[in-house]
Amino acid sequence: MKIDKNTINKIARLSRIKLDDKESEDYINDLNSILDWVEQLNEVNTENIEPLSNISSSILPKREDVSKDTNSSDEILENAPDKLEGFFAVPKVVE
Amino acid sequence: MNNLIKGEKHDWEMVIGLEIHAQVKSNSKLFSSSSTKFGSSPNSQVSLVDAAMPGMLPVINKYCVEQAVKTGVGLNAKINNYSVFDRKNYFYADLPQGYQISQYKYPIVGEGKVTIDFKDGTSKDIRIVRLHLEQDAGKSLHDQNPSKTYVDLNRSGVALMEIVSEPDIRTPDEAGMYISKIRSILMYLDTCDGNMQEGSLRADVNISVRKPGDEYGTRCEIKNLNSIKFIKQAINYEAKRQIEILESGGSIEQNTMLFNTSTGKTRPMRNKEEAHDYRYFPDPDLLPLEISKEEIGKIKSSIPELPDELKNKFIETYKLSNYDASVLTAEKQTSDYFNETINSDSELKNHAKIVVNWITSELFSLLNKNNQDLNNSPVSPENLGQLIKLISTNEISGKIAKDVLEDMFSSGKTARQIVDEKGLQQVTDQGEIAKVIDEVIADNPKMVEQYLAGKAKLLGFFVGQAMKLTKGKANPKMLNDILKQKLNKKN
Repeated sequence: MKIDKNTINKIARLSRIKLDDKESEDYINDLNSILDWVEQLNEVNTENIEPLSNISSSILPKREDVSKDTNSSDEILENAPDKLEGFFAVPKVVE
Repeated sequence: MNNLIKGEKHDWEMVIGLEIHAQVKSNSKLFSSSSTKFGSSPNSQVSLVDAAMPGMLPVINKYCVEQAVKTGVGLNAKINNYSVFDRKNYFYADLPQGYQISQYKYPIVGEGKVTIDFKDGTSKDIRIVRLHLEQDAGKSLHDQNPSKTYVDLNRSGVALMEIVSEPDIRTPDEAGMYISKIRSILMYLDTCDGNMQEGSLRADVNISVRKPGDEYGTRCEIKNLNSIKFIKQAINYEAKRQIEILESGGSIEQNTMLFNTSTGKTRPMRNKEEAHDYRYFPDPDLLPLEISKEEIGKIKSSIPELPDELKNKFIETYKLSNYDASVLTAEKQTSDYFNETINSDSELKNHAKIVVNWITSELFSLLNKNNQDLNNSPVSPENLGQLIKLISTNEISGKIAKDVLEDMFSSGKTARQIVDEKGLQQVTDQGEIAKVIDEVIADNPKMVEQYLAGKAKLLGFFVGQAMKLTKGKANPKMLNDILKQKLNKKN
């Protein structure tokens, strides 16, 4: 797999990151060298081996269904750039 | 049954699949301990996990997992011992994490099916592809301010079950019946409250049209419909739109649509750029979810009677028609109410059909008129049972019973109390009825003459007069019989 200009632009757009030409070039190079390095793993035969989603062998911890009243609104809204009557206020998103 | 739509050139068939989002009934959210209560003040039920503060980690709610398994069993589906949580990545103001935790490749529940019943007695299976657990997003209010969107994160992180059907549905009515059936099953299982108005149950509809027998056409998805009426309207509009395009030589562009509930029209969502690139990957914060056979067995044994089983039981035990039985079992509260009523007196088992009628027509219409629900009906099942027993033993007439029910509804008194207080017992004493009839005949000599001259319709007049004198309490059949006897004797 090779990262080209189109791919880097798409990744940047999906991540809501703005890149100038110089930065795009740098990232293309960086990502390609990372991919090349990871590519070495292809030398290992992984036929019939399920992908591993986690290296820990422990079991997913679960909690009981108990609700804790936090009445959090002041704390939660503390860092909001804009708010109104307990709501976050953000630039209009239509749809 | 003809399910086709007439087009200009030939008939068309709709192909419909539903994705239902059902909010899991639980006290706390899927991955945090915040409350799931509906209607609280904005952002008052948001933990640091729900607000996606850096460093916060999700811990799964055991009960929500059990609820999903329970639902899977109710949908006759395969429960997967192993499932994985993935991140579905997208940016939106009401999604603080920047991704939704969902299940992609390995859902908790696999293939299943539900059966829908038609009025003509036939039925059809709709296959389920899968059910998976995921987080709900927050709520955005767009119409409060011209330049701002307001965001409330109370719903953020609440557990949802997404139930995906195969495209087995062919008409808007089938779609409505399918979602009603799912809702009914969820409510019997108590895994979702089924409240569509509050958004606890909503659906995305996938629809395409084709010439019967052809391959599937290109589909469009209509997002976020929260009533059965809107689902049917949206399907009808969208099918017509697609047929018009195809018949005029165009082709359908796969698209995500929104339904405008005030105009009844669908329109494409504007922002479709990269819309389907969610870059799913396993959530590194969560280990795979494993459920043992023993746990599944334990949940299976806790499953209550479901609507289909109950329906068959009612048909068998009480000899009810398929239709009556399906009306009774469509909602759990109705079947519970019926059970409590019919079990309140051993006599009533022989009058099951009357019990059904009094619940589904008389009581329902009173509840409707007063905007009330069977759950908080002012008339308890025991009291309704008592009323029906008074009818079945001929103590009061059916007509009087309707007034008594209204009185019970508004005063909260029992049927017995009202009948005794107002002296409403039916008059079944031959002599007493005969006396009243003699009075009526004596008071209306002209009418009697006309009746005897052949104006048979006048019988109703005499019945009415006699009923008036007995304040409606005379046994109607006895009144009729004696009246005819007496009049004919005059001849």
